[in-house]
Amino acid sequence: MYSASDLRKGLKIEMDGVPYDIIEYEFYRPGKGQAMYKCRIRNLLNGNVTDKTFREVDSIGQPDLEEREMQFSYNDGEHFVFIENRTYEQIMVGAEVVGEQKHFLAEDMTVKVLFHNGRPITIALPSYVEKRIVVTEPGARGDTATNVTKMAKLDTGFEVGVPLFINEGDTIRIDTRTGKYSERVAKK
Amino acid sequence: MENQDVQQPVPAFPPGGPLRQPPASALAPFLPVLELRSRVLQAIRGWFVEHGFVEVETPVRLAAPALELHVDAEPAGDHFLRTSPELHMKRLLAAGAQRIFQLGPCFRRGERGRLHNPEYTMLEWYRANATYADILLDTKLLILAVARAVKGTTDLTYQGRPLLLAPVWERLTVAQAFLEYAGWDPVQRYDAARFDFDLVDKVEPKLPREVPVILTDYPAAAAALSRRKPGQPEVAERWELYLAGVEIANAYSELTDPVEQRARFADHARQRAAAGKPVYPLDEEFLADLAHLPPAGGIALGVDRLVMILADLATLSDLLPFRE
Repeated sequence: MYSASDLRKGLKIEMDGVPYDIIEYEFYRPGKGQAMYKCRIRNLLNGNVTDKTFREVDSIGQPDLEEREMQFSYNDGEHFVFIENRTYEQIMVGAEVVGEQKHFLAEDMTVKVLFHNGRPITIALPSYVEKRIVVTEPGARGDTATNVTKMAKLDTGFEVGVPLFINEGDTIRIDTRTGKYSERVAKK
Repeated sequence: MENQDVQQPVPAFPPGGPLRQPPASALAPFLPVLELRSRVLQAIRGWFVEHGFVEVETPVRLAAPALELHVDAEPAGDHFLRTSPELHMKRLLAAGAQRIFQLGPCFRRGERGRLHNPEYTMLEWYRANATYADILLDTKLLILAVARAVKGTTDLTYQGRPLLLAPVWERLTVAQAFLEYAGWDPVQRYDAARFDFDLVDKVEPKLPREVPVILTDYPAAAAALSRRKPGQPEVAERWELYLAGVEIANAYSELTDPVEQRARFADHARQRAAAGKPVYPLDEEFLADLAHLPPAGGIALGVDRLVMILADLATLSDLLPFRE
């Protein structure tokens, strides 16, 4: 258990069996009253954000969380299979946990899998991944403006807005946190 | 044609920061707000002098800080740094002072946040033969005078929302506010754990922000150092001022009964000991002088928060250049 004075930004806590991440934290004491800890917390299972105020006397649950680096192996249509390199242990992660990140996964990519009570609840990809464009309108040579975009499709079917100078077959870098185009990767 | 050789007088503290090559200092952005703060302090002193108050200075190191339930004093050697100048100022009233004020540093251990700093500037003033109603009138006149002096207007904007200091100050009793926003009446039945929590979680966020708000008549159990209301002993003559939802000041009709004061200190000592908190020695000189205290009104006002509102800053971090 944590006491209220342990609370800080970034601490993971548990309430009613649900793990939360503290994304904002503020000490506050009204007039002559007792100290309060005003927190904004994110539900690690569904990403929902709520406000929660703790009192000085409250004790707060400590979640059983473990983060492990694993490699993506394959997608059997229902599950995503990851392997830990050293132990060869395989785990299956449901599509609902992987979510939209499925478009950016690639074989052997190292990801961080967060386990809650031994169950995988989130995966964290590298911040940037490189993907090849398979479909887009022909590029306008010489047009280097980056504020005008057109749609392009990745080999995973994901659609992303790219600048006009990007061509089919180009490799681009995508920010996995936003799903947005970052830059073109120079041809080797 | 201008003669460029003639040196223009350089303001000691130019508005908007240094004139010459700006030093690569993280302090430079604070210079404008320090100038505003200086004008606030001058306006405060000017108002009190104009209204016949005497400025006093009382000790910062105390052997016996006031025993309050949730206020923790910073130890300083074999003394403590003051959490408020209240006890010494009341002893001056007991000695015959009529109108006194003090501006100076106070310290509270472990308080750090958007609206808290362990070291801050407090304005306190006291009137003999007065009540919290007289102090409210002082407060209105003072806040309006300070706003006019430093902003040239009483129509402020705080964080994108209007804050109109004149003419109406919204007055809400604690019972009204809790019934409206938290669904229960702490005056009828006080619940210590729930009171502070609901005040912070339910009541304060709902208080009007466009005008000053006076939250008044606290449950007697939350009286702190205020007296019970004559004819209505279940409430204490205490109010708090909120500007833009930020608590700015706490005022009392002062408790002048040494027997009740001693009992409250003892109760707080017992509760602090039970919670594992340090228990400060009793200030016996204060308790002896309290018997001679005339009816009095007094108030503590957080100067840093007031400047923060006037300067339209979101947090004390934007106000205090040397914050740790």
